[in-house]
Amino acid sequence: MDFQVVVLAGGTSTKLAPLVSKDVPKSLLPVANRPVLSYVLDLLEQSNIKDLIVVVEGEDTEGLVENWISEAYVDRLHVQVASVGEEVGTAGALRAIAHHLTASDILVVSGDLVCDISPGAVAAAHRRHDAAVTALFCAAPISGPTESGTSSGKDKTKKPVRHNIVGLDLTQQFLLYIAAGMEVEKDIKVQKSILRAVGKMEIHADLMDAHLYAFKRSVLQQVLNQKQTFRSLKQDVLPYLVKSQLRSEILLNGVQAAENGNEDNYNMDKVMLSQLLANASTPSFHEVYALGPNGFSPAERKTHKCCVYIANKTKYCARLNSIQAYSDVNRDVIGDASHLSGCTFSVHNNVIHPSAVLGSKTTVGPQCMLGEGSQMGDKCSVKRSVIGRHCRIGSNVKIVNSVIMNHVTIGDGCSIQGTIISSNVQLQERALLRDCQIGAGYVVAAGSEHKGELLRK
Amino acid sequence: MGAKKGGKEDAVEDMPHVPLKAILLADSFTTKFRPITLECPKVLLPIVNTPMIDYTLAWLESANVEEVFVFCCSHSKQIIDYLDKSKWVNQPNFSVSTIESHNCISAGDALRFIYDKNVINGDFVLISGDTVSNMILTEALQEHKERRQKDSNAVMTMVIKQSKPSQITRQTRLGTDELFMAIDPATKQLLYYDDKSDDQKGTLTLDKAFLAENPSISVHNDKQDCYIDICSPEVLSLFTDNFDYQHLRRHFVKGLLVDDIMGFKIFTHEIHSDYAARIDNFRSYDSISKDIIQRWTYPFVPDVQFSLNNPTNLERHGIYRASEILQSRSAEIGPFTYIGKGSSIGGKTVISNSVIGDGCKIGSNVLIDGCYIWNNVTIEDGCNLKQAILCDGVVMKSGSVLEPGVVLSFNVVVGQEFVVPAYSKVSLLPQPVTQDSDEELEYADNNSGIIHTIDTLENGNSRTEWESSEVGIGGRGFIWSMSEVDHEEEWRHSVAPIPETKLIELTQMVFDNLELNIQDDIVLAVPGEQESGNESDDDNIDDSLQIFEKEIEATFLRAVHEKVKDDHIILEVNSLRLSYNLALEDCASALFYSMMKLALDTTHTSPASLVKNANDVMSRYGKLLKPYLQSVDGEIEVILKFEEMCSESAKEFAAVFVQILHMLYDKDIIQEEAILNWAEEKEGADESDKVFVKQSEKFIQWLNEASEEED
Repeated sequence: MDFQVVVLAGGTSTKLAPLVSKDVPKSLLPVANRPVLSYVLDLLEQSNIKDLIVVVEGEDTEGLVENWISEAYVDRLHVQVASVGEEVGTAGALRAIAHHLTASDILVVSGDLVCDISPGAVAAAHRRHDAAVTALFCAAPISGPTESGTSSGKDKTKKPVRHNIVGLDLTQQFLLYIAAGMEVEKDIKVQKSILRAVGKMEIHADLMDAHLYAFKRSVLQQVLNQKQTFRSLKQDVLPYLVKSQLRSEILLNGVQAAENGNEDNYNMDKVMLSQLLANASTPSFHEVYALGPNGFSPAERKTHKCCVYIANKTKYCARLNSIQAYSDVNRDVIGDASHLSGCTFSVHNNVIHPSAVLGSKTTVGPQCMLGEGSQMGDKCSVKRSVIGRHCRIGSNVKIVNSVIMNHVTIGDGCSIQGTIISSNVQLQERALLRDCQIGAGYVVAAGSEHKGELLRK
Repeated sequence: MGAKKGGKEDAVEDMPHVPLKAILLADSFTTKFRPITLECPKVLLPIVNTPMIDYTLAWLESANVEEVFVFCCSHSKQIIDYLDKSKWVNQPNFSVSTIESHNCISAGDALRFIYDKNVINGDFVLISGDTVSNMILTEALQEHKERRQKDSNAVMTMVIKQSKPSQITRQTRLGTDELFMAIDPATKQLLYYDDKSDDQKGTLTLDKAFLAENPSISVHNDKQDCYIDICSPEVLSLFTDNFDYQHLRRHFVKGLLVDDIMGFKIFTHEIHSDYAARIDNFRSYDSISKDIIQRWTYPFVPDVQFSLNNPTNLERHGIYRASEILQSRSAEIGPFTYIGKGSSIGGKTVISNSVIGDGCKIGSNVLIDGCYIWNNVTIEDGCNLKQAILCDGVVMKSGSVLEPGVVLSFNVVVGQEFVVPAYSKVSLLPQPVTQDSDEELEYADNNSGIIHTIDTLENGNSRTEWESSEVGIGGRGFIWSMSEVDHEEEWRHSVAPIPETKLIELTQMVFDNLELNIQDDIVLAVPGEQESGNESDDDNIDDSLQIFEKEIEATFLRAVHEKVKDDHIILEVNSLRLSYNLALEDCASALFYSMMKLALDTTHTSPASLVKNANDVMSRYGKLLKPYLQSVDGEIEVILKFEEMCSESAKEFAAVFVQILHMLYDKDIIQEEAILNWAEEKEGADESDKVFVKQSEKFIQWLNEASEEED
């Protein structure tokens, strides 16, 4: 496949504070005891994509990620890690690594994606339509705990969060309208010309942009070069391409640019190919539009196609881009989407590493994970939680709906609910935590009570 | 109140048989079928030799409607007389009664009037008398009732139909305005309706609140409004409560959609295989006639006797023939043609895709293609007719020609060998003088037209001398003139097929539109760019200036045609200036522009006569400029405007630039100071900008010398 894959792994997102830090960038945050980046890399590996570029923000992150990848994926993947400046945005990141891009199509994946949708399917859809861009959309996740959650989560609204407003054609193959970011809150402005061309448009608010795009490289680079102000793929590049699809400024220039290089023949081939495809199937509205009525066209119309790949509702797809998403994703990976975890679950529907030690009368419920070398005292109870490696947990400790990373020490009689505890945290006796996030290395005093707090050094 | 009570009973008990009623509006409250409708109500116009109202009534009967209230306004007597004689009066399960009013000027007034009569107490079908349909109403009615039981706010169900797949066909088939709708795909609730969309705007704005309630909505450009509505009695009371609702769609539907306080909802019902369409203008008259002949409206086709129409036989190639036709052996009847009872057709005559009514006499060697010829029309030998409508009693003298899109109203006579130009409308009645595009006035005008009609009809008949110039020697009739705006739109509504050049223009327009709005969007799309705001502001000013100039031009031309007093023109220009918030100089240059345009549009043969035209216009209207030319700057502005005209929109003036400048100077419109300043200003300009300064070099020199002498 002539696809080049770019994984945008980001740096230390402020949205995820205090969980991320200089030592643990976002891409290395553990989800069910392995870095979130590994989910994307495994997914790509399954699609037989072995050559990829991982782009991170900042050189410190570069080092960390490179070390981890070379350790975990040695002999499995050929990964090039590149770092770009911080705060350049997704478009800026691609602009910075433009010289690495050579293939005809580029697959851009966000490094915080946890999903089981084959990127190959997106790439195939992209190729089938000879599209300028193809974006993956999935059903917007229900934020907050699902039905299996405790009563504490139930009062949260079950309304899907509006990530995007998208307009699709009748066949749900083409993207006709998109509002992202701030525009989601505004009134919907639909271009009449596109509506005239397609006749009918469906506008959805229940779909989420999964941040997996296939771009034609020439198109992507044209846009990035011409529109230096564009910072985000999602909020700038994609909406721009969608808006200009019936009056493409890109392909026109693309062809001219290509004349300078050796790509002439290649482009010719591609034109031929798209013509063949166009003849083989009923022409899309783009081609009809480009032809004009009765095949007469007043001026040659340049169009490009913006396609979508809508994931099946049964597929799992989530992005780890907020604290809430972090606990949701952890919950799902050991729960509803357990096939993603890559572990085999026991008969009790949980994963307890053989080296873990459990005290007497300690119970670990279903949908739990206990990492390598962790120890638990007596009469503990763990429900729907993830516990990392080498944790020391005392007696009479209750852990419900929580994520505990590595090397955490928990004293006797602690009670932890709905809390995320980063690595090297120490909880002294009888600490009571509910809906808290605790940054790495923090010490929670004995007997203290915290509810809905953010604790960090 | 009465109506509301009735509605509730209906919902609660539902057991006693409530007869289904319908309101048929036998007046379209528009002027699209003029001049024909000055003499005959629109619903009685024959379509494939049967009056339109018969199609509507026949459908209502087939849809199990039991009581129909026919509302008539203009020409009400003709309608009542017709219905009295028709078969509809004595049907066992179908009663037709008329409601007559003479002071209604819109559908809204009509419904308010009917509400006062208190005859409707349950769900009813609202339809206008020019609708052809064969849809089965049961399903839509059932849906409406079920929704009503769940939600008493669901007051109306609108019938819609999938339109044609190609966007161009969609826009041109029925000659109606482009329609955009937003519908909730799950409940079929109508969320947005826009049929008078502003072409200037390239985007459609949907309220974000739509998506707050529904996960998805669908936006349509591919649907056609059938103008068949199933309404609850509340609709009538709503019209009464909102006395400003006039138009069913533009006011009522949009009013309900916008108003979220009362929470009334409108739903849609889509029909798929059934036929439903409304004859709104000549273009849809043509399309629907063809649909009837091609049997899309079965059982309402000519060979089925659904009203008192003549028995007709359907032959091969879609040719319908009534009885007693005298046809010469050498006459050729092409496919999809209807020939009425007792008509005669002479030798070597070729007829195709046409409808010929009863008792017509068609001579030999006549060519008829795509024409609608009503009853008792005489066409003499050697005529050539293309895509025209000929009303009852028209006579075409031998050798006359109708170009596409002609409409000949009742009893018009076209003189020998006369060629009626394309899109002409000819009537025995003179064109009403007041023609105002204002909507309200149009309604009023229509109404007053009735009385007016009767007077003039008598006058017309008594008048035996006809000017031969209008429709040829021995012809009778006035050719109605069209204002420029009408003419632009004429091709869209005409029976004639749309010329290819217009189609190209149409697509080009769509394309240009796209170009514009993309640029807009991009300006908006770039976040945090400081310039973007300013740019769009500039655009706005430019835009409004352009619109202002257009307005001024239209005002001026109207003033010229209607011989409005100068004071009044100045008053109007002033009010325009205030509403656009522009400077005096802008008025001056805009007015000047319209004057020169007028001079240019007046026929001229040589540059000299052009100068003469300009001179005439300036002598007559030059003083209008005075109030706006109070400073030298204003005068310079005018010169610059003229210069711009010469180099862009009206190049013909370029040759006579100096003469006209001199003329303006002579008439004291522009003072020498302004001209000298202008020349000075241009000193530093590019060579290309100095063309006209160079032209007027001598004149400027002369001015300079003159002023020196004075010193």
